[in-house]
Amino acid sequence: MQELKENGIWQPAMPTSWNEETKPHKFCPGCGHGIILKVLGEAVDELGIKDQMVFGCDIGCSLLAWDFFSIDTVQTHHGRTTPVITGMKRANSDIIGVAYMGDGGGYAIGSQHLFNSAVRNEKITIILCNNCNYGMTGGQMAPTTLPGMKTETSPYGRDIEQTGAPTKGPEMVAEVAPEGAYVARGTISNPRQLKGFIKKALENQMAGRGLSFVECLSSCPTNWRTNAKQTWEFVEKDMAQYFKVGELRVPQEMKEG
Amino acid sequence: MAKVTKIALAGEGGQGVQSIAEILAEAANQEGKNALYIPNFGVEQRGGVSVAYVQISDGHIGAPKFIEADILIPLSPRAVQRTTGHAGANTIYIYDNSLVAAGEVNDNIVGMQYFDVTPPCPVSDEPNKDLPQDMIAGEPKTCAFNKPGPGVNPDDIPEVKRVIAIPANDIAKNELHPRVFNIIILGAVIAATDVLPLDSIKNALEEKLGHKFKENPKLRDMNFKALERGYQLIKSAM
Amino acid sequence: MAEVSLKGEQRVFMTGNEVVAWAAVAAKVDIMYGYPITPQNEIMHYWTRLAPKHGKKFLQTEDEISAGFTSLGGVLSGAKSFTATAGPGNVLMQESAGMAEMMRLPMVYIIQQRGGPSTATVIYAQQETTLTCFGGNGEGHRIVYSTAGHQDLFDYTIKAFNTAWKYKFPTFVLGDGYQAKMREPLTIYDPVEKGIELVKPEPIIGNTKKPTGQFKHLRNTFNTEEELYEIVMAHQRDWDAAAEELVEWDAQGCEDADVIIVTHGIVSRAALGAYTQLRAEGKKVGYFRPITVRPFPGKQLKDAMKNAKKLFVAESAYGQLLKMVQTNLFGSPIKIETLLKPGVGITSEEIYQECQKL
Repeated sequence: MQELKENGIWQPAMPTSWNEETKPHKFCPGCGHGIILKVLGEAVDELGIKDQMVFGCDIGCSLLAWDFFSIDTVQTHHGRTTPVITGMKRANSDIIGVAYMGDGGGYAIGSQHLFNSAVRNEKITIILCNNCNYGMTGGQMAPTTLPGMKTETSPYGRDIEQTGAPTKGPEMVAEVAPEGAYVARGTISNPRQLKGFIKKALENQMAGRGLSFVECLSSCPTNWRTNAKQTWEFVEKDMAQYFKVGELRVPQEMKEG
Repeated sequence: MAKVTKIALAGEGGQGVQSIAEILAEAANQEGKNALYIPNFGVEQRGGVSVAYVQISDGHIGAPKFIEADILIPLSPRAVQRTTGHAGANTIYIYDNSLVAAGEVNDNIVGMQYFDVTPPCPVSDEPNKDLPQDMIAGEPKTCAFNKPGPGVNPDDIPEVKRVIAIPANDIAKNELHPRVFNIIILGAVIAATDVLPLDSIKNALEEKLGHKFKENPKLRDMNFKALERGYQLIKSAM
Repeated sequence: MAEVSLKGEQRVFMTGNEVVAWAAVAAKVDIMYGYPITPQNEIMHYWTRLAPKHGKKFLQTEDEISAGFTSLGGVLSGAKSFTATAGPGNVLMQESAGMAEMMRLPMVYIIQQRGGPSTATVIYAQQETTLTCFGGNGEGHRIVYSTAGHQDLFDYTIKAFNTAWKYKFPTFVLGDGYQAKMREPLTIYDPVEKGIELVKPEPIIGNTKKPTGQFKHLRNTFNTEEELYEIVMAHQRDWDAAAEELVEWDAQGCEDADVIIVTHGIVSRAALGAYTQLRAEGKKVGYFRPITVRPFPGKQLKDAMKNAKKLFVAESAYGQLLKMVQTNLFGSPIKIETLLKPGVGITSEEIYQECQKL
């Protein structure tokens, strides 16, 4: 952790794996990405893996993390972060590959890659930010948009008869991934628990057991058009009611170890 | 070819540059003129500074972008520094000389997808309440910049035909309401361009905000007062 | 302000994306399939709001590959379908465009070009000209209209559906981020009221409304070289015939011009401005704008430049229009000067200044 006092002024405690030069970061006020990346940064610090890690980010708000860490980073195309990190890991298994993306990158355009990397049990860690919309492009409907929720492409509210129900990604991955995979869903409203999940996800990759996937319930007040109070309520109540927080798959070895 | 009046406005996120450019273009269109408005996309659009290009003509309008502006209105010190490329020997230059620190947004945010047009207001209390909810239904309101600051450095002002400084932020803060800062600027632009009557803007405002004015008639008074104030400031200076 | 409607001829002031949505309604389009990508998102935003009022349908797909192929599905079942995209999304759309070329499917794509390659910028470019004209793994049997503003966007989006359904080639409306985001006036109308006949769509397969009792087997895979050759050459003949009827261009002041400015899309407005000013100053300058960049009006350009000494090609790409010009003028000794600015807008002033130097 950084020195908390600099020139007699209290500084926010930043993980060492964070790139100081690009702070304050570029995310909107109230955005959940900041919390997820803080928790990830702390996990990376605690595990001491900064120098073996490659961080991949997708298109969408996750791309704003392209210079976020003091870690090798590659920003890819929309939905292609999973295959790029997969490719790197396959070529060099010493790398700790982390693929960071949003709902579109994992459950829409990237869904075939998520599905197949799960089936193959790729030894990478996928961290997905679920905020129920496509933020960067202006708030369109996402696979995880809740029923009745208004977005730019569901202006009258999401009709699940027409568009299907919100995607439950971790449940899908938990179903198809072989033994050795670690799958969890955390939330920014419980950062300590989220950090625990992310740490276990990274440890799973370090032990070479299989795919690790953590979905994080996150906030987007910009496109939700909510104030602080409404934002937290939406994450803690509305989203958590639909998307169950907890671990879905824990490898046998982890349970025993 | 009929004359094309080229107006470039620039400012920080929250100063309402795009809103007034939109109203200006709409008013011109309503008056039966040809108008073209395009947000940003000049070399100045490195990010935090929001630029709007408006062209008004009785005839054909060419490319949406232009180099030399007939009227250039940079509203923050950063905007002044970055729009010198649009200043020429025939440019009328209007800037705000209030000693306020106009909040700045990180350059790297804008130009990436969603914030491709207007940076978020850097001093808003409620996150994003001041963001244009929908560019089409955008209301002309600005967030208040209250922190004192050095203001514009006169050395940054380029060689132009005519420079006019108006303390729009101060007037908004002290005499009218911080939220109508950009309406003052709108009045100033009308006076400077001299191609549209003030009434055309009043009509355009009425169109856009009529329903809000009905609920609260004081809003109408406030907006129209701001408009007249900006108009008079320029008319008396020219 | 009066409510926007297609009754009579109405002068409106809106952004290019909104224009496209209205044009699709005017063209009696049934369904849009799309995926978000800047700068065309608002086409979807407007379409989803207009859809229930006009009995239209919409599907947001999981990506652009799907948007392209679901649109082909729409077309196969006899619905007027379209999709819109930009940049890397356009790259993904090429797979479906290839199938449309081979199987002669009347698909319409709206392209709002942004910087390239890869994600580049969300702003503007003319760097998808080659991709939009030749992006499939075939011979480019498609039609591409390059629009230069909102009236064009409206007129040519309507025309694109007629072109696609009449000639059965995938048809593209090639716009850009400037047109998508800028506001200017145009006149919208109901094409039928104006006497423009709208081609009626017919199901290709799955005609449940009027079953014929016959079956069609559609494929795009063939067994032998010879078989493929026949098919591709048949498409080429059809395309050549269509090209004769469809090619569009605009030429002004070329008969006695020394220098002819060649541009397409929104850059042609800057060119027109420069041309007008130079002519007013007595300079012998001409203006040539291909409106269909595919088919490219090569014959017409050769005609226009009969007496010219130089061509001046300006584009917001590094030689995509230039290559088309060179291909079509092969063998001509005429000098070509250029202003190539990939991903950057071009103003009238710049073209004027460059022409002064020539």
